[in-house]
Formats: sequence, structure tokens, C-alpha cells
Amino acid sequence: MTAETIIQSLASGLLMGLLYGLIAVGLALIFGLMDVVNFAHGEFLMAAMYATFGLAALAALDPLIASPLVAAAMFGFGALVYLGVVRFAMRAKANAGMVQIFATFGLAILMRGLAQLLLTPDYRSIPTSWLGGRTISISGIFLPAPQLVGALIAVLAFGGLYVLIRHTDFGRALEATREDPGAVALVGIDRNRIFALGWGLGAALVGLAGAVMAMFFYIYPDVGASFALIAYVVVALGGFGSVFGAFAGGILVGLVEATTAMILPPSLKSVGIYAVYLLVVFVRPRGLFGSL
Amino acid sequence: MDAASFVQRRRRQLALAALLAVAVALIPLIVKDVYIQNILVLTLMYAALSQSWNILSGYCGQISLGHALYFGLGAYTSALLFTKFGVLPWFGMLAGGALSAAIALALGYPCFRLRGHYFVIATIVIAETAYLLVLNWEWAGAALGIDMPVRQDSWLTLQFARTKLPYFYFALVLASITWLVTWALEDSKWGYWWRAVKDNPEAAESLGVVVFHSKMAAAAVSAFFTAIGGAFYAQFVSYIDPDSVMSFHFSLLMALPAVLGGIGTLWGPALGAAILIPLTELTRSYMGGSGKGVDLIVYGTLIMVIALARPEGLVGLFRTRRREPAR
Repeated sequence: MTAETIIQSLASGLLMGLLYGLIAVGLALIFGLMDVVNFAHGEFLMAAMYATFGLAALAALDPLIASPLVAAAMFGFGALVYLGVVRFAMRAKANAGMVQIFATFGLAILMRGLAQLLLTPDYRSIPTSWLGGRTISISGIFLPAPQLVGALIAVLAFGGLYVLIRHTDFGRALEATREDPGAVALVGIDRNRIFALGWGLGAALVGLAGAVMAMFFYIYPDVGASFALIAYVVVALGGFGSVFGAFAGGILVGLVEATTAMILPPSLKSVGIYAVYLLVVFVRPRGLFGSL
Repeated sequence: MDAASFVQRRRRQLALAALLAVAVALIPLIVKDVYIQNILVLTLMYAALSQSWNILSGYCGQISLGHALYFGLGAYTSALLFTKFGVLPWFGMLAGGALSAAIALALGYPCFRLRGHYFVIATIVIAETAYLLVLNWEWAGAALGIDMPVRQDSWLTLQFARTKLPYFYFALVLASITWLVTWALEDSKWGYWWRAVKDNPEAAESLGVVVFHSKMAAAAVSAFFTAIGGAFYAQFVSYIDPDSVMSFHFSLLMALPAVLGGIGTLWGPALGAAILIPLTELTRSYMGGSGKGVDLIVYGTLIMVIALARPEGLVGLFRTRRREPAR
């Protein structure tokens, strides 16, 4: 193995890691806001990938053009899921944690079933897109264009999220609700509205990730499952609820995965990620950036 | 509730369970259809598995979504000992159970320091790692799995090609044993400790409950019986591969009957299995061909509705109304 191939692998790992961060950040945002883990997060990604595929197949829209549309549609979907499912799960008095897990798990299984029924279990891919199949060479390192642009979108999305959380009224309301959901009512913030918008925002972010993923990944009903586990690991590594922990966690996971793939057979590349997760939480039970 | 009526209630439950077991044992006299008998075997097996899951996740409150690990360990230990060394499955089963309990203890040592979702994700990640390792383990058949050599029908090897009935009775006994163990544990020191750990670990600790040891004990018992179920399953289907015994899907399948019936209750897992398993098997066979995914839709909707509408599970419907204890 030459130094060049190592750099090449790590560079692709970094790009993939930024995308993992983008997939995971919605999960972290929602958890931080209301202590709920969305176990249908992977299926949100699957839905966004199918939406992108649909727009490409039926309206001949390039995934890059489709991505804002998909994100907007997912925003609405996320808010609806909150209003229609999660809101009721939060009212449970008995087994509250368990109810949230299984209500969203039920939703995940339902979405997967619907996808199988309506869209068949076939593997699909978007045959041609502007970026698909192209590579870009940066000082001798070849990087696939969809992943590179996807990573850029991820960085921009994180930048936008930072501005949104730190410098807008909505962001302040979000922060205040997360600090004390009871007290915000006193200053006229409707908690339910903030939660619904938070779910919308989380789903929009994974929608954006789905549009990017659709450019270079097969689309099938179970596609969400493998990415969901990575997303949970990313979020937990960063520390549940920390949005910027998800960014760092994503990069770390991407690099670990690339490194593992250099050492172990490809089918074992996730083992490295899992091992790092366990190591981190055994040493720091709240993840890297989680508050204790 | 005073002590006398408590003892009485436990006796009634025992009598009811005995009655139910006898009634179930008589079903094959009426139902001769092999397909239905097959569903009954699976239902009883999931009742046993879900009860085992319930001990750790329901009573002790440590939500595991990685029980496929113990199920797979039981199935693989027994199948490997049988096919490679000719060890009878009865011993393989116990070896798998003991190994699983030991591994549960070894994993519990670091994992039980984790709280909430960090713990849940650790259970998924560990099971998934084991799945990937077995998938790449050539000696154990890797992705191709293990085919059991077919010999004569015999209780010795737990192999029956012609009839499903012996499996039915084995599964019934297994479900009854897990129920009995749970029944006995409910009124033991451990049972009270587990519920205290679930409700409020800090308060439990301050009252002298050894929280860590409680979790470890629950994990060992739970893993042991899950592995017995896995070894049984290996004999029942006589072919195992990583996907069919170690995938995440199985972890979920073990948890769902308890969720449906009632988490942390004596009857919840059996009730949940009795509804969920026939329902999924039937939707799968009637709709599976024409409408792929209908079984998942039914399944997902059911879980969602139960989680939202009856978070305490379906057993709540049968329970006579009792006053909430003062807090």
C-alpha cells in the first residue's frame, strides 16, 4: 500500500464522513430538542432517495436541482410525523422511553412495507445525472464528483444550521425550548409549533442528504437500515443532542470506515465504526461532546 | 394489596398457566394441519424468546435491541457442536446457553455503565458486529451457513423430518419454563430489585439495591434462555445462516411480542406472541406473493397503534381495575 492510496482512501473517507454527518444531524437536532430518538430516520432517508429518483425519472430533474424540492417536501413530512405520531408518543405515562422507540420503529416498518408494496423491492439508480460518474482530480487525488459536491453541500448545510441556531429568532426559540420546554410557554412560544418545526428541519436535512445519496447509491426499500445504524453511531459518538458533535462524529466515522476498509475485508468495514463507538462510550459514556 | 391476597393472586396465576399449558398441549389433537402446527411452534418459541427478553428489558428496564446475538450464539454453538463434533443438541443447547450467559456478563460489565440510548445503540452495535464476524467466519460456514445432516427421527438428536409435533411439545415446555422462571423471579429478591432499578436507579442504589449486580443477573438469565431458544430453532429448521439467526430483524422480533402484550408483565410476551406471530405468518402467506410488503404494513401499523394507544400493552385490557399506588 502506497502513501498515495492511503491519502486517496482517507480523502474519500472524509467526503463520506461529511455526508454521514449530514444524514445524522437531523437525528441529533431532534434529540437535542426533545430527547426523542427517531428510529425511522433511515426510512426518512429512503423516502428522500425515492423522491429524488421519482423527480429524475418522471420530471427529468437533476438531483442537484431536485435537492431543495426534496428537502422542502421532507420538511412537511417531518412536521406531519411529529403532529401525527410523535406528539402522541410523548404523552405516554407508562414506559415513555419504550413507547417513543417502538412508535417510531413501527413507523419505520410501515414505511418500508409501503415502499415494497408501491415501489417494489427492486434496486434502482438514477442512470444519468450531471455529476454521476465524473471524477475530479485535486493534486493527483481522484475524487468522485457526487461525493465531493455532497460533502460541500453538507458543509454549507452545517454552516447554515449554525447561523440559523445562533442568529435567528427561530434558533433562539429552538434553544430556549430545548433548555426548558415548560418555561417557554410563559414568553409566548408555542412548544408544539417549535417541536413540529424542529422535526421538519431535521427531516429536511436528511432529505438533502437523501438527494445527494441518490446520485451514487442504489435506491431500495431497505436502504435506510444500514445508514440509520451509522447515523445513530455518529450522533452517539458526538454526544446525543449536540448538532456540531454530529458534524465531528460524521467525519470521525468516515475516516474510521476508510481506515478499516484498508486493513480488513470490505464486508467488515463497519466493524471498525462499531468498535470505535464502543471504545468511546466506554471511556466517555456521553459521547465525545455530550454534556454530562 | 395485603399479603394474603397477593399470595392468592400468584397462586391463581400459576393455576391459570397450568390450565392454559394443558389446553395448548391438546390443540394438536384437533389441529392436524402441518402449516398451522408450524405457526403454533413459532408462536410458542417467540413467547419463550420474548419472555426471556422481557426479563432484562421489561423487568429490569435495560432495553436490548441486540438479543439476536444470544439467539445466534445458541443456534451456532449447538449446530457447530452437532455437525463438527457430533455432540447431541441437548448438550449443545446447554453449552450455548452457558456461553451466552457468560458473554452477557462479560458485555454487561462495560455496557451497564451506559444509560438510555447509548445503551440501546451499544446492544445493536455489538450484535451487528457479531453478525458481521460470523458472516466472515469460514469454519462456521460464513454466509452459506450450516446444513444439519439429516438422520433418523429421534428425540436424542431432536431431529424430526416427518412430524412437527415433537417440536411443538418442546416449544411448549420451553415457553412454560420461561414463564415459570419469570413467575418465580417476580416474587424473589431479584424481581423486586429489578423493578427498583427500572423505576429509579438512584433511589434503588441509595436503598442498598446493588444496581450493577441486578442488571448483570437479569442479563445472564435473559441471555441463557434466548440461546436455548436459538438452539431449538436450529434443530427445528435444520439449516441456519447468519441472516436467519443473527440479523437485527430477530432482535426486533423478540422484543415486539412483549411490547404488544405488555412490557414487564408476566403474561404480556405470551399474549403478544399469540397475536403477532399468527398474524404475520398469515399475512405473509396470503399476501406475500401478490402484495410484497403488506405483512410489514400490517406489522408496522399494529406496533405504532399499540405503542401510542396502549403503552402498557394489551394485558391492560384483562387486568381488573386496581387503585394506583400512592406515590
